Amino acid sequence: MSHYELDARRMLCPMPVIKTQNKVKDLAEGDILDVICTDPGALSDIPAWARINGHEVISHREVNDEVIITVRVGS
Amino acid sequence: MTKKHKAIALISGGLDSLLAVRVLQEQGIEVEGINFYTGFCVEGHTHAIRNHDKDKQKRNNALWSAEQLGIKLHIVDVIEEYKDVLLNPKHGYGANMNPCLDCKIFMVSKAVEWIEENRKNDFDFIITGEVIGQRPMSQRKETMPIISDESGADDILLRPLCAKNLPPTKPELEGWVDREKLYDFSGRNRKPQMALAKEFGFTDYASPAGGCCFLTDKNYSDKLVDLWDARGSREYEMDDIMLLKVGRHLRPKPEFKLIIARDAGESKYLEGYRKQFVTIQVTSHNGPLTMVDGDIKAEDFDLAAGIVARYGQGRDAEQVEVEISVPGEDKQTLQIKPLSVEQVNKEWHV
Repeated sequence: MSHYELDARRMLCPMPVIKTQNKVKDLAEGDILDVICTDPGALSDIPAWARINGHEVISHREVNDEVIITVRVGS
Repeated sequence: MTKKHKAIALISGGLDSLLAVRVLQEQGIEVEGINFYTGFCVEGHTHAIRNHDKDKQKRNNALWSAEQLGIKLHIVDVIEEYKDVLLNPKHGYGANMNPCLDCKIFMVSKAVEWIEENRKNDFDFIITGEVIGQRPMSQRKETMPIISDESGADDILLRPLCAKNLPPTKPELEGWVDREKLYDFSGRNRKPQMALAKEFGFTDYASPAGGCCFLTDKNYSDKLVDLWDARGSREYEMDDIMLLKVGRHLRPKPEFKLIIARDAGESKYLEGYRKQFVTIQVTSHNGPLTMVDGDIKAEDFDLAAGIVARYGQGRDAEQVEVEISVPGEDKQTLQIKPLSVEQVNKEWHV
């Protein structure tokens, strides 16, 4: 299992979702990805994207004006 | 064992594509969704940059639709490729800068391409939520075969909601789909779709006025044309098209435009551009952050600052302090009298 980070700052949705989707394609099942966003819309879109595509959002937190969403890659 | 046939559905997030998928799911077809992001797509939280929209439910309707349907959704960034559709539409524009027919052809052709690239997933055909007569430019009886032909989809493009008004497609002829269980919707009347939604148990669905694209919006299209005219070029970048959605736009001189935030939400959004653009802000009173797009000369700083001051809380003061930040230079501070309402020329408003 590896841990990765994706910078999606200053992107408006759905770009953070698209970037996450494209990054996850290169990762293995069980890998962890922290997505750093500034669009609060990502808080609803990335979990929705994860639910329908078989991945899991294991945490999300807001730090200053940034949102960090942690995704565990599914099969 | 009989092969289970698979379809890829163009999902906009609206009711029609939602229904089109469910109609096929009822026939046992396995469906996945595809959504193309052009940069001009209307998203719930593109608007939510503004304060007054913060309470609106933040959701991407395409993702939401996919979740309701229990299908996967592939979102594809087509921003770069879409430029050619917008700049050189073979079939022209609609009422504004909307190249709807070329756009539909483009999206279906991208779905064809996607099926080819994902051959291992074994998709058999494409579906859309198109309804004959629903849209004046792209969804007419005459345009349906044009879309099928020019996209390269030909007979693998099925429109479940109006299929009975069109010649049978391969999925129907091959018996993958029962044509009798498809629909014959036509026209702008939404009642048949609403009745079908009720039958399927969909009670909450998006119904965006003016469709799902900013290019159908007159104000947005006017700003886009102004940008192209001012630059003498129709090239654009992602930041350009996002900034057209933000703020009050005034062009007091041909060579520059002021983008004045309308509230704290927009000011915060424009903050992200401080390192790239000249910005102007009243510092003696509360006021909006303003971004300058174009080439502003030092001799125009007073004019620009006077306009910006008009939109702050010091608008009636004799004098306000205004800070001008030019990337890579020291900040300048001006003492300026805000322009009066009459002095802000109506023709400056884009």
